[in-house]
Amino acid sequence: MGQVSLTIRQTRDALLVVAAGMIASEGILSEADRAIGDGDHGVGMARGFTAVEKKLAENEFSSLSELFITVGTALMMSIGGASGAIFGTLFREGARNLPANEFTSTALSIFLNDGLIAVQKRGKANPGDKTMLDALFPAAKSAAALIEYPLDVGLPQVVAAAEVGMEATKNMVASMGRAKTLGERSLGYPDPGAISMLLILRFLNEAAQAK
Amino acid sequence: MPNSKKFFNDLSSIVDETLDGLARASNGKLRLLDSHRAVIVSAMPDHKVGLLIGGGSGHEPLFAGYVGKNLADAAVAGNIFAAPTPDIIVEATQAIDKGAGVLYLYGNYAGDNMNFDIAAEMASEMNILIKTVRIWDDVASAALDHITDRRGIAGDLFVVKVAGGAAALLGSLDEVYRVASKARDNTRSIGVAAAAGTFPETGKPTFELPDDEMEIGMGLHGEPGVSRSKMMTADAVANDMVSRILSDLPFQAGDEVCVLVNDLGSTSSAELLIIYRRVDQILHQRGLKIHDTLIGSYCTSQEMAGFSISLLKLDDELRKYYDLPVDSLALVKG
Repeated sequence: MGQVSLTIRQTRDALLVVAAGMIASEGILSEADRAIGDGDHGVGMARGFTAVEKKLAENEFSSLSELFITVGTALMMSIGGASGAIFGTLFREGARNLPANEFTSTALSIFLNDGLIAVQKRGKANPGDKTMLDALFPAAKSAAALIEYPLDVGLPQVVAAAEVGMEATKNMVASMGRAKTLGERSLGYPDPGAISMLLILRFLNEAAQAK
Repeated sequence: MPNSKKFFNDLSSIVDETLDGLARASNGKLRLLDSHRAVIVSAMPDHKVGLLIGGGSGHEPLFAGYVGKNLADAAVAGNIFAAPTPDIIVEATQAIDKGAGVLYLYGNYAGDNMNFDIAAEMASEMNILIKTVRIWDDVASAALDHITDRRGIAGDLFVVKVAGGAAALLGSLDEVYRVASKARDNTRSIGVAAAAGTFPETGKPTFELPDDEMEIGMGLHGEPGVSRSKMMTADAVANDMVSRILSDLPFQAGDEVCVLVNDLGSTSSAELLIIYRRVDQILHQRGLKIHDTLIGSYCTSQEMAGFSISLLKLDDELRKYYDLPVDSLALVKG
């Protein structure tokens, strides 16, 4: 059996699972980025989530907001480039209105939807531009529709929505960031940022299911 | 595989060691901040408007090479070809804020825009005044009616030089912002690539270009340009590039300009001088007056083969700030 919600400590442990998963995904993320970018996305994300692991191990957290802001700040201050700004913003701004103690389906929806708004404002990208938004946007919409369900029931569907979104980036021409330079040559390859967005949700789900 | 014919140590330490070398070479005039990703002038007068420049590394001597007297007060460095993180920008901002505020001046790229904007918001929360000027001098990177989509390339140097002079003489951040914006608006550049540099950590070329071809307008990271063709003679390529710049501002007979012929990494001095010869001929034919000329490696992309041409149109105000003597690692003028 899974869970209706996670406590602060369980959420922290789940984010540690996410961090470990992202660090272990360095190879596939860099491989994806070599196809349409400069090949450093995996290195950057691994550097970011290594910083997250350190901050989560060092600190005690009295609220979910504090926990997510810590994750976002660690990413933002260690990755650099557009990725650091975007994934850092997702966690920092997605944290602002979280409930204090319980990570529920509602909390997941607040995190993704507040994060989505902030990421769009910061990066000026829209769905269809072949960015991480193409995974985040459907995931956030899915989460908003699933707030009545227990977290462990809703989260797999949110992951599935993100996966469909990530897969769809293969058929998009990049119009933002470095991959923009490839234009039509970016067709056929998924966006590395969208893969990262999917993986973050997938590892979060794995942790939630294991509780 | 990393290029085994480069003289690096630990590949993950390239940026830190580059800045450390630069700070050491300054003979005490510059110092590194705790992050080791920012260099600042060792001495700065009270109440001076701070000038902070920066961006991804790999374009040396840009940006840290232009920290010094009557130039920038600090430069922040990201990883190779990646924007610096906000904490480094804030660290440098605090170090050079003398109460009059800080101007952020950097090339117009998505990652830089986001990270500098986040830093500006954080600095504002600390009650530090921040203004931002993004440099978009590359005429090949977007149409004139989408000028804010253009990238910043070697014309950065002209804007930094004018802004540095303004920051040294003007006491108000708004005034420095106004002059720096005018210098940016009066600067136009275009590049040409003949061969790629490599990402130092991976050894991978930054773009693919057949051995007998060149691309006019290609960006510092292999961004596509406006015209790919077989290799052309120096005069032919200079003709093409200068005409694209002149028609863009436009520059007109009687205008007074500064000219930069910039090596993108591995183009010989002979080539640069032969290119400049033609640029000078054209500008004189068109009735432009050349106030100053810079030729050399000012903004590179590792060992990329190719060069860029930049023009800055002066007026009395810009000339006054441009002409101040400067002293930095990469630019010394009496």
